[in-house]
Amino acid sequence: MGFYIVQFLTGLSDASSLFLVAAGLSLIFGVSRIVNMAHGSFYMLGAYIAYVIIAALPHTGISFWGGILLATLAVGVIGIIVEIFLLRRLYRAPELFLLMATFALLLVIQDLARWAFGPEDLIGPMAPGLEGSINILGTLMPTYDLVLIIAAPVVLLFLWFLLTRTRWGILVRAATEDREMLAALGVNQKWLFTSVFFLGSLLAGLGGAIQLPKGGADLLMDMNVIAAAFVIVVVGGMGSIPGAFLAAIIIGELGSFGVLYLPQSTLVMMFLVMAVVLVIRPYGLLGKPELEEGSGESFETVMRPAPKQLRLIGLGILGVLILLPVFGGKYQLVLFGEIALFSLACMSLYFMMGPGGMVSFGHAAFFGGGAYAAALLVHYVRTPMSLALLLTPLCAGLLALIIGWFCVRLSGVYLAMLTLAFAQICWSIVFQWSAFTGGDDGILGIWPAHWASNAVVFYYLTLLISVGGILLLRHLLFTPFGYTMRACRDSRLRADAIGINVTRHQWFSFAVAGVFAGLAGGIYVFSKGSIFPDEMSIPRSFDILLSVLLGGIESITGPIVGSSIFIWLEDKLSNLDFWRLILGCIFIVLVLAFPQGVGGFFGTRFSHFFGEASNDSNPIGKD
Amino acid sequence: MEITQDKKENHYILEVRAINSFYGKAHILHDLSLEMEKGSVAVLLGRNGVGKSTTLKSIMGIVIPKRGEIIFKGRSILGLPSYKICALGLGYVPEDRRIFTGLTIMENLEVGRRPPRKGFEPWTPDRIFKLFPNLKNMKNRLGGQISGGEQQMLSIARTLMGNPELIILDEPSEGLAPVIVDQLGEAIIELKKEGVSILLAEQNLNFARSICDKVFIVDHGRVCFDNAICNLTEEVCEQYLAV
Amino acid sequence: MAKVLEVNHLSKSFGGVQAVNDVSFHLEKGQLLAMIGPNGAGKSTCFNLINGQLRPDSGTIRILGKDTRGMKPRHVWALGVGRTFQITATFTSMTVLENVQMVFLSTHRRIRNVWHKTADLYRDEAMELLRLVGVESQWNRPCGILAYGDLKRVELAIALANRPKLLLMDEPTAGMGTKERLKLMELTSRIVRDQSIGVLFTEHDMDVVFGHADRIIVLSYGRLIAEGTPEEVRGNKKVKEIYFGTYAVPPCATSGV
Repeated sequence: MGFYIVQFLTGLSDASSLFLVAAGLSLIFGVSRIVNMAHGSFYMLGAYIAYVIIAALPHTGISFWGGILLATLAVGVIGIIVEIFLLRRLYRAPELFLLMATFALLLVIQDLARWAFGPEDLIGPMAPGLEGSINILGTLMPTYDLVLIIAAPVVLLFLWFLLTRTRWGILVRAATEDREMLAALGVNQKWLFTSVFFLGSLLAGLGGAIQLPKGGADLLMDMNVIAAAFVIVVVGGMGSIPGAFLAAIIIGELGSFGVLYLPQSTLVMMFLVMAVVLVIRPYGLLGKPELEEGSGESFETVMRPAPKQLRLIGLGILGVLILLPVFGGKYQLVLFGEIALFSLACMSLYFMMGPGGMVSFGHAAFFGGGAYAAALLVHYVRTPMSLALLLTPLCAGLLALIIGWFCVRLSGVYLAMLTLAFAQICWSIVFQWSAFTGGDDGILGIWPAHWASNAVVFYYLTLLISVGGILLLRHLLFTPFGYTMRACRDSRLRADAIGINVTRHQWFSFAVAGVFAGLAGGIYVFSKGSIFPDEMSIPRSFDILLSVLLGGIESITGPIVGSSIFIWLEDKLSNLDFWRLILGCIFIVLVLAFPQGVGGFFGTRFSHFFGEASNDSNPIGKD
Repeated sequence: MEITQDKKENHYILEVRAINSFYGKAHILHDLSLEMEKGSVAVLLGRNGVGKSTTLKSIMGIVIPKRGEIIFKGRSILGLPSYKICALGLGYVPEDRRIFTGLTIMENLEVGRRPPRKGFEPWTPDRIFKLFPNLKNMKNRLGGQISGGEQQMLSIARTLMGNPELIILDEPSEGLAPVIVDQLGEAIIELKKEGVSILLAEQNLNFARSICDKVFIVDHGRVCFDNAICNLTEEVCEQYLAV
Repeated sequence: MAKVLEVNHLSKSFGGVQAVNDVSFHLEKGQLLAMIGPNGAGKSTCFNLINGQLRPDSGTIRILGKDTRGMKPRHVWALGVGRTFQITATFTSMTVLENVQMVFLSTHRRIRNVWHKTADLYRDEAMELLRLVGVESQWNRPCGILAYGDLKRVELAIALANRPKLLLMDEPTAGMGTKERLKLMELTSRIVRDQSIGVLFTEHDMDVVFGHADRIIVLSYGRLIAEGTPEEVRGNKKVKEIYFGTYAVPPCATSGV
């Protein structure tokens, strides 16, 4: 009995620091609409800074708690610096660009932490006076963990008071609804935003610092906690602090008991919970539906066929690619082949994200799903390559139909998070079902058929499939199918009122995107000769997402430009020691310089240059 | 001559001089000018899309004009962010009311609250409820749970909490039942008596006639008729307001 | 038997508040029926119930003789119901013409066509409709940047594109100038009489209501408190008290214009 009580209490103490991080994330998202990928990094910094301060001071109670307090404040200040020097410049850019900026920040902080604190895991100091354990019906429970349990309710109460009983809180809640109106009522929202970011980062820092005696500090903390924090915020309902509290307890307890009964489930358990909650309650446990319809302030660009000059440039580039084997070596063929197939994967995400209006954080499920489908077909039933390449998109499409059926019932960030959850579930299936998929060891020896084994032939095959896929997707956008997709995105209300089954159409669009991502994955596996679970993981999904954002979702050229830049950078940087730092900095510079995406930027310039009537595409309010 | 010029400027609370505003590349306001006397009620009339809302937004700093000058109480406010313009004593009530639906009525009022202004009796919730008695009975209701008419009253009340000297109202009578429009008109006349200046954009001619002193007709981004409201004849209406 | 819409004992409440309470009325072919009442009287709820966006707690709605119980908005549309919204809802990433083409695609069940170029489909039909509502000169402009009055006309064209027998218009002239309002309503009346469509509309502009409605129903706190010809409603003391106020109700237009 005592064992179960201790297990339960351990779950609560885990929930405590998770709640602190999630509450901060929720606050920041509520006010600024930033999906702050770097929030976990603040948590990690909280732990490291507390470690350094406490280690530098004599081992007393005052210095321990003082160290935690100082570290918390320090992280809050770092949050302020980030807000003022980076995010503040980007508030006018689309929300997804802020996501990209914070992701770049995550990369930068990761390498900076490695540089400053070293690559080894650090074991946290004990809290003086709380080193011992308490005997609960025969089972020992660390005293410090018991103390930790109190942190979450205290912070919850504090936040509740702050948000409902102070002027600052009322302003924050008003800002989550209508920032422009708030400014017109005389509130300087710049400082409101900074203060919210300060509080949010501070909470993350505190979460990291107080768990130091329990979990120590390491370089994987940021990624581990950010995933959990997102799950908690989404399960609880975006912007609902009590919801986050409830969700943190659920996730904490699941972790605590899940380890006991289903140890292999730990990786996927919380995503499974999120998927179930979102399917039953589309806005989380205590969340409210977002009032997106009716605000009607977003004006999308009218899609027109590219001007003649741009088409000529496209043809020119295609010509160069076709002639590449004449003057390029094997290295160039592989690099450009990879760019081509990655462009197709990005294009498929753009297809559902831009014109389809459905952002996916888990597109690697289809890319990797296609790759695994091809690998398994070859590995188990010796399917010839051409047949495998034909079946691959069908398998990925089927997977997308299944996942999409759940996802299209949601919208916005909730939809994105559900795709992430499903991708993570797929990943863990592949990762843990090693008897069938090879698990972490992957599947090896998937080489192209004999006729295509020549590097030049395979390059042409890759080019044919990728360019063909991209052109097919482009064609779809101009057919009634593509128009209906945009209709569903522009106004659900109107689409429904003219007889369109919006959910079903979005479901099909989702599947189409899956088909083409799977196709790209299929060629990918033959080009590499092997496949590993990494190709389905969250970082892979983000590679695709970031490339699309980098190029910009304003035009069809965006994803191609973005993926070319991405693969090229990856190729050039991945062998360097601090490549994350460099990549992160490049991203930050790009985001600051081209807030509409690189492709979008050049697209607009291009039209100006050739005197195209692009003034129609400017967002203009009525009167 | 110069002295009279100065005197004249002093009794203007607001002067807009030849502003040019854009939405993206669309040129909406072309050298639009107008002046408002302290304590007066003026109306911008005009068809849809002629730039009435843009004029109000330009004054409020929500849209920033590329050229021209805007003087409020003798001070140039062009290019200031809206929160600073509000702090100087300009209050804005937008077209679609934009109530904070998740906040209670009292909290909505709190958002608008600003320090008192010298020479003006400060607005408090109690004083607000005298002007809009309806709101008093629903103090703790959420902004999203009250009717359109009540939202319009609340939107004005919220702006009043900032103790403005000049209130800008964008089509306040739009979408309201005639009986509510009556109440609105009474409230505006009451405010005028308290010394608050009011500038509104309207499409409802009868409503404008019943409360305003001064009229500006806007057409193609310019003021093309600038006169006392009693001089707004049928012919003028026919000329500028007809389609 | 020319009733396009019959509403019987319709009720709907939200969290204890009775938004629509035992409302019954009907609408005949070629008729314009105005629904008026103070803000918050339940007009929009009524519309959303008829449109299929909300489900009634009790009562029935029959459109062209068919009970619409359990139908979604798209099914109601397929019965031959066009709708314009209070806040215009158009596809902002498309041109005016493309917006109307979309309705034709949907009417002819071609929204999942993956072969043809949309630009070539139902172009002439859409153009003709734009001509009918008077916005043909704007055909190639994006809906997102259209002037408000034109947008309202585009909405009308969208609503008319599937040859509806019932038109639901929620504040069709909101946000327009006086003359523009009357012009739009004249156009609407002409079209609906030509095509013998029944129209249910809400409106706060009494010039529009008394100038164009054949009959008027008045809602207050979710209940139907008056019903009749404009003459009858004008004389109703209760309506004057809760709705008209001091507003001088304009004389009725001589019908049959």
